[in-house]
Amino acid sequence: MANPTRIRASVKDGVTEVRALMQHDMENGRRKDEAGALIPAWFITEMKVQCNGKIVLEGQFGTSVSRNPYLVFRFKGGKPKEKVTLFWLDNLGDTRSDEVEISG
Amino acid sequence: MIQKRYCSTVDLERRRALKTGGGVGLLCLLAASGLIQPGIASAEWQKAAFAAKNMDEALDALGITIPEESTFIKLTIPDIAENGAVVPVTVESSLSRTEQIAILVDKNPTALVANFVIPEGTEGYISTKIKMAQTATVIALVKVNGKFYRASREVKVTAGGC
Repeated sequence: MANPTRIRASVKDGVTEVRALMQHDMENGRRKDEAGALIPAWFITEMKVQCNGKIVLEGQFGTSVSRNPYLVFRFKGGKPKEKVTLFWLDNLGDTRSDEVEISG
Repeated sequence: MIQKRYCSTVDLERRRALKTGGGVGLLCLLAASGLIQPGIASAEWQKAAFAAKNMDEALDALGITIPEESTFIKLTIPDIAENGAVVPVTVESSLSRTEQIAILVDKNPTALVANFVIPEGTEGYISTKIKMAQTATVIALVKVNGKFYRASREVKVTAGGC
């Protein structure tokens, strides 16, 4: 099981800003380990953020997103105490979903 | 061959298994937990676009012809990146109703970095961190009302990280 995504969501003037740090190695499949063997590709391919069941962002990643993908975006609406959920899926079928309460 | 670079045979089989048998159970579980809502089509990961080795292939796979440079898009990225493994990028569209933001690097082994689908109510703003293999042009493509716009900047990379 992958490590939890660190998420912060705060609302100001009716706009919620979400900051997320997904914990993932994002191996591109071209790097080699110390023994010279190729490290297989392992990276997040899809992610989705929801607030109150409504999708507020959907993303697809390639291998060129940095290790531990960082993301900031903003959406209208969202109230303090409402929940923001970030879900991701990687190329090996592993998934992770984390949620955070919006702070006001 | 392109697929192999992304997934070993085992992985492909695993994915296939997920998509058929095991996938149904997983999807039901996700649907039940409210993560995937039936009726809302999720944006499928576009393998061809993400496997594309250059800009043209990636754009072809996305079905986009390279649009004109536009001043509506603000692309914030350092002129010189000391560490190519972590290059901060911010794309901001001043036009309302931005539908999609895609980030590409023309000289990376795979040109398409990320593609975001922006639903109504979400602002045309994305800030993230990307890898750059070498000095290259970073391109942001923004879709507004069905039309694509572009902003690009050259970034000098001191130490590549891809």
